[in-house]
Amino acid sequence: MAEELTQLLAHEMAARLRAGETTSREITAAHLARAHATDRGLHAWLTIDDGRALAEADAADAGLAAARAGGAEAVAALHPLHGIPVALKDLVSVKGGQCTAGSRILEGYRAPYDAHITERLRAAGAVILGKTNMDEFAMGSSCEHSAFGPTANPWDLERVPGGSSGGSAASVAAFQTPLSIGTDTGGSIRQPAALCGIVGMKPTYGRVSRYGIVAFASSLDQIGPFARDVRDASALLHAVSGRDERDSTSAPVPVPDDLVGLPSSDDEAASWLRGKRFGVPREYFVAGMDPGVETRIREAVAALEAAGAAVDEVSLPHTDYGLATYYIVAPAEASANLARYDGVRFGHSVRGGEDYLADYLATRGSGFGPEVKRRIMLGTYALSAGYYDAFYLKALKVRTLIKRDFDQLFDAGFDALVAPTSPDVAFRFGEKMADPVRMYLSDACTLPVNMAGLPGVSIPCGLSGGLPVGLQLIGPAWSEALLMRAARAYEGATAEAAWRRVLPPDLGRLADPAVPTPTERAAAR
Amino acid sequence: MTATADRAASALERYEAVIGIEIHCQLRTVSKMFCSCSTQYDGAPPNTHTCPTCLGLPGALPVMNKAAVEHVIATGLAIEGQIPARTQWERKNYFYPDLPKGYQISQYAIPLAAHGRLPIETSAGPFVVDITRAHLEEDTAKLAHGEAPSANGYRTTLVDFNRSGAPLMEIVTEPCIRTAEQARRYAEELQLLLRAIGVSDADMERGQMRVEANVSLRPRGTEPFGTRVEVKNMNSFRAVERAIAYEVDRQAAALDAGEPLTMETRGWDDGRQATYHMRSKETSEDYRYFPEPDLPPLRVDQAWIDGIRARVPELPAARRARYAATGITPYDAAVIVADPGMTLAFEAISAAGPDLPAKEVANFVTGPHARLAKAAGLNGRGTAGASDPESIAAILAAIASGRVGRPIGRDLLDRHLADGTPAADLLATVASTISDEGALLAHIDAVIAANPRAAADFRAGKPVVGFFVGQVMRATGGAADASRVTELVRQRLGTEA
Repeated sequence: MAEELTQLLAHEMAARLRAGETTSREITAAHLARAHATDRGLHAWLTIDDGRALAEADAADAGLAAARAGGAEAVAALHPLHGIPVALKDLVSVKGGQCTAGSRILEGYRAPYDAHITERLRAAGAVILGKTNMDEFAMGSSCEHSAFGPTANPWDLERVPGGSSGGSAASVAAFQTPLSIGTDTGGSIRQPAALCGIVGMKPTYGRVSRYGIVAFASSLDQIGPFARDVRDASALLHAVSGRDERDSTSAPVPVPDDLVGLPSSDDEAASWLRGKRFGVPREYFVAGMDPGVETRIREAVAALEAAGAAVDEVSLPHTDYGLATYYIVAPAEASANLARYDGVRFGHSVRGGEDYLADYLATRGSGFGPEVKRRIMLGTYALSAGYYDAFYLKALKVRTLIKRDFDQLFDAGFDALVAPTSPDVAFRFGEKMADPVRMYLSDACTLPVNMAGLPGVSIPCGLSGGLPVGLQLIGPAWSEALLMRAARAYEGATAEAAWRRVLPPDLGRLADPAVPTPTERAAAR
Repeated sequence: MTATADRAASALERYEAVIGIEIHCQLRTVSKMFCSCSTQYDGAPPNTHTCPTCLGLPGALPVMNKAAVEHVIATGLAIEGQIPARTQWERKNYFYPDLPKGYQISQYAIPLAAHGRLPIETSAGPFVVDITRAHLEEDTAKLAHGEAPSANGYRTTLVDFNRSGAPLMEIVTEPCIRTAEQARRYAEELQLLLRAIGVSDADMERGQMRVEANVSLRPRGTEPFGTRVEVKNMNSFRAVERAIAYEVDRQAAALDAGEPLTMETRGWDDGRQATYHMRSKETSEDYRYFPEPDLPPLRVDQAWIDGIRARVPELPAARRARYAATGITPYDAAVIVADPGMTLAFEAISAAGPDLPAKEVANFVTGPHARLAKAAGLNGRGTAGASDPESIAAILAAIASGRVGRPIGRDLLDRHLADGTPAADLLATVASTISDEGALLAHIDAVIAANPRAAADFRAGKPVVGFFVGQVMRATGGAADASRVTELVRQRLGTEA
């Protein structure tokens, strides 16, 4: 019974909850038990807080009982996430809890306040299970840059789950939680969603408040959901979206109720595709991409057409400059955002040097990992006197051009763009660690979307060599409801596909108490 | 003039001083610049006015304080500066324990106000200070350095973040100032202006107004700037003048001796009355300014500016001109306008007695009233202690009209100031002026008869009228119009002759 609960989708759990067939406590306890039992080989979690999660579950059960007493309307008014477990990437502040952002330098820091999305999740009645592993300060595409050891991919424990939100993606793919929160600065939700075979969405910049989220690159960071289907992801997005006065970049744009009203019927969902117009940007089929990935994407495009959509090849001519531009803008912002980790007020601190500078150097030198240091150096350089115009200012201009590429296509009447999420399937531990630029290329198809501030969702579209491939849908600003509708439509149109029945093959091995940890696997390579 | 100032004056015969002033002012707002923490932290225990934002905790974000922006725009308007239609926030990056985020949110490329000016009066005449810019930023935390190494062998520095994130306005002048006096007068006039428009308390001793000067010398008649020295830690207007005068003298002596000057920051030691070396400024620090991505650009539309302009009150210079036009001396006008309490009292009493001679009001406000105001403070009516503007105006009017003599009038004012007894009650106790000429003449004749020698002196052309007038006023208990008495004394002594 308990194990079975973890196999359900969130909306299925919610239905059972409302029908009185189970309780939030049962659902929560089942997931806690599974997370504890299966995480040795996965290492998706940095903290699991059983006590708090169960207390929240009890509160959700009490809330449901109170709503029942208030009648059917009161029950219907509960958020779809009421009583449902959620995992948070370990850069979301939860009052009283640790928040490491995957870094040594934040070891011992406990957030004295809740992030906006934490408040929103509480208000929705969701249950926070714990915090998930990530690349340090969200800098990475494999989760190998976590200071606390890598996370494995449940599809193949020798491989990475993608990153930076690798723990959030892997935990959902491994049925440890039905839902999780990630952040996406250059692809950190969509790429791990693709590599773990689940749904992940990066919303429009400004859709979700960044208040309480450890910053990487402020003008690019967005918070978004992971789930095993589109309806669940959409409901989670609904719960955390909306204007927050404490984040001046959060937009006063209404949250569409359509996000919680996606059709349950596959046929009804698929019928939406009729007459819709999609563009396939040719630049996203990059040189050196996995041929199996390209095949799956072309098949997905064919499926959309078969369901009645019009698909054209289109061009986003400035795509090639995306990577270079991103690796100026993001590190520049990060170099300032990470200056606050100085050992003076919280976290890792080395003291006793000759002067302040000596303590700063010792604290930051031993607290940050190599990828973070690399990006701080990149960003500091790009902002330095004499280089600012040539790098940072130029990058801002190119960023405008990248955004214009997208705007022109949407102005021309395309409902959404269809592209691969990642040029590769999940790669092996260590495969890209020696060459940062190869690692950076994992995000070539996702980071232009961040540069343009647009929403993008990655949904599973089949397997290549037994590993998941992600299909990326990109929409105009504030089109989350349409994008989720389109993603649900694709899900409906391919509901009967055989690959949808394939579970991550290494799930069984995770139950083995002697399974090697990802750190051990990575070290053995 | 002090000895230092004397030496500086002689140095200025050979060298021209080039002085630019940077002033940081804490703005008078309810909350801090980018969070809702209160700015009323003076005297509060350390780190009690803090939140995730002003502590720079992970994930915290800034939200702009609109009132602070309006204060800078108001200042910009008051100095006749230009307000841009669009500006932005920038991060100024540097590491220091008093800067929790490792960057200060400031304005770099586009200040909220630019190209302003502030006319001042100096002993050498009027002068206009050109103001380059006024911009808005956040204050740093306060460091407290331990005197001696603590038990663990380290020197301890404690940080109080109460001040962290308080709104701070930076006002920078052109290097157009030439004398220490101009610098002091500029700082004084700016303080007056900021207080008048209510944007800052600008108390130097409390660090609400921090003045820094960039001082260099060049031989008279030459253009290129000399080596610049930055002077800090000047905690009073007098310190500003003395520190700059000292620095001019020091630099002149070095130049005369052929010693090279270095780019450095020097502090003013008030005890030693000298500047001292703080740190070298050989290399200019690279602050890597870039637009603050956590805050959208700030648009300033004309309607907003107009609304702020409508709320800017009469400025000190205009007020001085208006007061001077009422017949009081420019000196008195400056003294009154320089003191908010005097200004308030002057306005209140003038309003209560619109027909009073301004000179009468000014003398009272700068004299007896100022003494009580200093001791007892002002009340809600704008006058000192228990007094009220109507009573003061009534007594001053009685004096001005001659209804009560001046000594008695002064006494009545003192009694009113002491306990607030209404003017009507006080005036009722005084016999009104003897207007009956016959009665007055009887007093005068009696005084003349009692003082034959003085009468003889008068006739011999000696200036003794005042003696007779004083005797008559005493004899009448002050209940006579002194000027009328003077006339009658002259008449009586004349007719007798």
